[in-house]
Amino acid sequence: MSGRTSEYGGFLDRMLGRVRLGGWLAVAAPVIAVVFAVLITSVVLLAAGKDPVEAFTTLADYGTQPRSMALILNTGVMYYISALAVAVGFRMNLFNIGVDGQYRLAAVVAAGLGGAAVVPGVLNLVLVVVVAVLVGALWSAIAGLLRVYRGVSEVISTIMLNAIATGFGSWLVTEHLGVLTGNDLGTRPIPDDAHMPGIPLIAGSPVLVNGFIVVAVLLGIAYWVVLNRTRFGFELRATGKSESAAVASGVSVKKMIIVTMVMSGAVAGLIGMPELLGASYKYSNNFPAGLGFTGIAIALLGRNSPVGMAVGALLWSFLDNSSNQLQLLDISKEIVQIMQGVVVLSVIVAYELVHRYRLVAEQRRVSRELAAPQQAPKAEAAA
Amino acid sequence: MKILYGMQRPDEGEIRVNGSPVAFHTPADAIAAGIGMVHQHFMLADNLTVLENVVLGSEPRRAGIALDIAAARKKIKEISDAYGLGVRPDVPVEELGVGDRQRVEILKVLYRGARILILDEPTAVLVPHEVEELFDNLRGLVREGLTILFISHKLDEVLRVADEITVIRRGTTVATVNPKDVTSRKLAELMVGSELPSPETRESTVTDVVALSVRDLTVRTADGRPVVENVSFDIRKGEVLGIAGVEGNGQAELVEAIMGMRPCEVGTLTLGGVDISRWSTLKRRAGGIGYIPEDRHRHGLLLESPLWENRILGHQTRRPNVKGPWIDRAGARADTRRIVEEYDVRTPGIDVDAAALSGGNQQKLIVGREMSGDPVLLIASHPTRGVDVGAQAAIWDHLRTARAAGLAVLLISADLDELIGLSDTLKVILRGRIVADVDPANVTPEQLGSAMTGAGEGV
Repeated sequence: MSGRTSEYGGFLDRMLGRVRLGGWLAVAAPVIAVVFAVLITSVVLLAAGKDPVEAFTTLADYGTQPRSMALILNTGVMYYISALAVAVGFRMNLFNIGVDGQYRLAAVVAAGLGGAAVVPGVLNLVLVVVVAVLVGALWSAIAGLLRVYRGVSEVISTIMLNAIATGFGSWLVTEHLGVLTGNDLGTRPIPDDAHMPGIPLIAGSPVLVNGFIVVAVLLGIAYWVVLNRTRFGFELRATGKSESAAVASGVSVKKMIIVTMVMSGAVAGLIGMPELLGASYKYSNNFPAGLGFTGIAIALLGRNSPVGMAVGALLWSFLDNSSNQLQLLDISKEIVQIMQGVVVLSVIVAYELVHRYRLVAEQRRVSRELAAPQQAPKAEAAA
Repeated sequence: MKILYGMQRPDEGEIRVNGSPVAFHTPADAIAAGIGMVHQHFMLADNLTVLENVVLGSEPRRAGIALDIAAARKKIKEISDAYGLGVRPDVPVEELGVGDRQRVEILKVLYRGARILILDEPTAVLVPHEVEELFDNLRGLVREGLTILFISHKLDEVLRVADEITVIRRGTTVATVNPKDVTSRKLAELMVGSELPSPETRESTVTDVVALSVRDLTVRTADGRPVVENVSFDIRKGEVLGIAGVEGNGQAELVEAIMGMRPCEVGTLTLGGVDISRWSTLKRRAGGIGYIPEDRHRHGLLLESPLWENRILGHQTRRPNVKGPWIDRAGARADTRRIVEEYDVRTPGIDVDAAALSGGNQQKLIVGREMSGDPVLLIASHPTRGVDVGAQAAIWDHLRTARAAGLAVLLISADLDELIGLSDTLKVILRGRIVADVDPANVTPEQLGSAMTGAGEGV
């Protein structure tokens, strides 16, 4: 309204990381944010009559043990894939809130199929992964098609599809795929020969690192290459930055919306795979839920950058895994959730501050480097 | 106008309302001072009733919380009757026609106690009989002692409805006249200005080869109103075809139809002998159409991307920007440096964001980009709008050079100097139709002005 922000991309663009920060500024923002989050959490701890130094030391101690490091990596792998799925949409202004439903439905169907062992050995593993990717992509495509052909906001449709996925998934398990083991209703376990082997990545840890860490790293690289080095990625980013400019440049926005939703859903389909093929081997009531929402937070935290999201996923996973340790100090583990929330908020605030600083600095730099006086860019708007 | 309504702040000068100076920071200040604005594009919620739309944002309360619908209805009735607006408060807005919606907009500002109404191009969306009704309403309002600021490009309407006319050209007041003392022809001269330079004589580079041929092109809005009607023309290689016209007479839609950004069911477009009517925007661009858009921030640039990425925009299928599916960073960057060099884009480097450049340098970058890759046809929509004089001259030079090299140019501009100086052929567009062909070598401002504003019929 005021014209102060409208010309220059919105706050939303900056929040979703569609605006880049160069040089040391890119490092400054997350550092400021983490420091700020630690400060706020300390205040909360002090207010509760606990010693913040002791709490943080306990967390750090736990996080540096080999066993916990492996656990942190394993959870982090799922968080990271989830963040990637969300980020694909974010880069194009699409809010795929439905990552949660997409991965759970994908996991149910893939688990059912894997448990049936239609094909032997490694083929089964490949089949499970492919089916999960397809189910995630198709479920997400519904929202893309609704958006393109009926103008339904993908935010609304994916939230509703989450609810449908939950119901549909439990129906599949109870009526068709489920077998009762003790009192745990789940899909038939996937046979041993189709398990993803673990990797002894961390010396001295009794827990192996999930083999899907390789897949996650490859996905992160692919994400970066596709977005930054391909024509498709350029069109996707252009559409996210300015839909009108993209249209004028010959980008078919409708096609981009569908393709992006499908890609986001395909990646989402992989989120449950580390758990399914590397830990539980079946889909039951204990299957982790809510990873899609964690992915949204991490994508915001990592500002859609593949490295940033990796750091964010590990930080998040560290906090989640070590929260139980706080109970030894008689500190409620929920303090970790406060910290997670504050980190995300402070990242957004810190980037906003750094962005404003950079904006002014760059314009000043350009006008300084050009001896010619710069006229105000708004002069023409008065017409 | 934006300043009067508090949407923008003046750099100098003052505004007086009823004799006392005021300073508006937001539209709310303007409303408090009794100024109301009726926007050209209606700001109504379709699925709410008239009453709900009118009270939205200033709802009457009962006991502090509950909505006092009855009081609102009574007040709306009173206002509607007092000024003869004939508004029915309980009809959903989506069921109303355009004229009725406009009356709701007027009622909305009256409801907020406005005594001074700003109407921005109120007749642009109306059909003739609705215009008549609007004028009756306006006369009623004036009789009741209200002040109306009526902004319009249409001279006959201004002459009929106004008590005093102020002509503004390029942001300055040219004259204030009494409608009884002027003819529409005189008004057109004032609007257009008669200080047009004599078109420079130069050799024609027009060839016989038709680059773009447009036949019977008709573009309709979503509600079926034609905004471009039966437009036909040919542009030959080496020819600059200028389209003159007051803004909002279908130029933007014409350009978007040629670019394939807007669907047009009727008419054919032929580029170099090939029917491109069904081609996508991307294919048309790859086929050799360059495009300098009217609004460079909305359509021409990614403001928050570096210059070299902006070089790729719209050319993302062609060398030197891509190799197969891959972005060719080195190629794009090298070519961006070439454009910066050849087109004199003043920038410290190709890694700064486009937003950091001044308007003129942004525009030079766009011109350089669109001239790259040997275009067959260049659509230049207000190519020098909002750029400084130096950049303007440079852009004109580039257009002339390209024309001499055989480029066909479709030039759309509100700047008559530019049109007359550059065009080989000049056509006048009015209400979506081509109404006149003008020879830029010996056109008079009177002729052009009359044709553009529809004051006189034909030339």
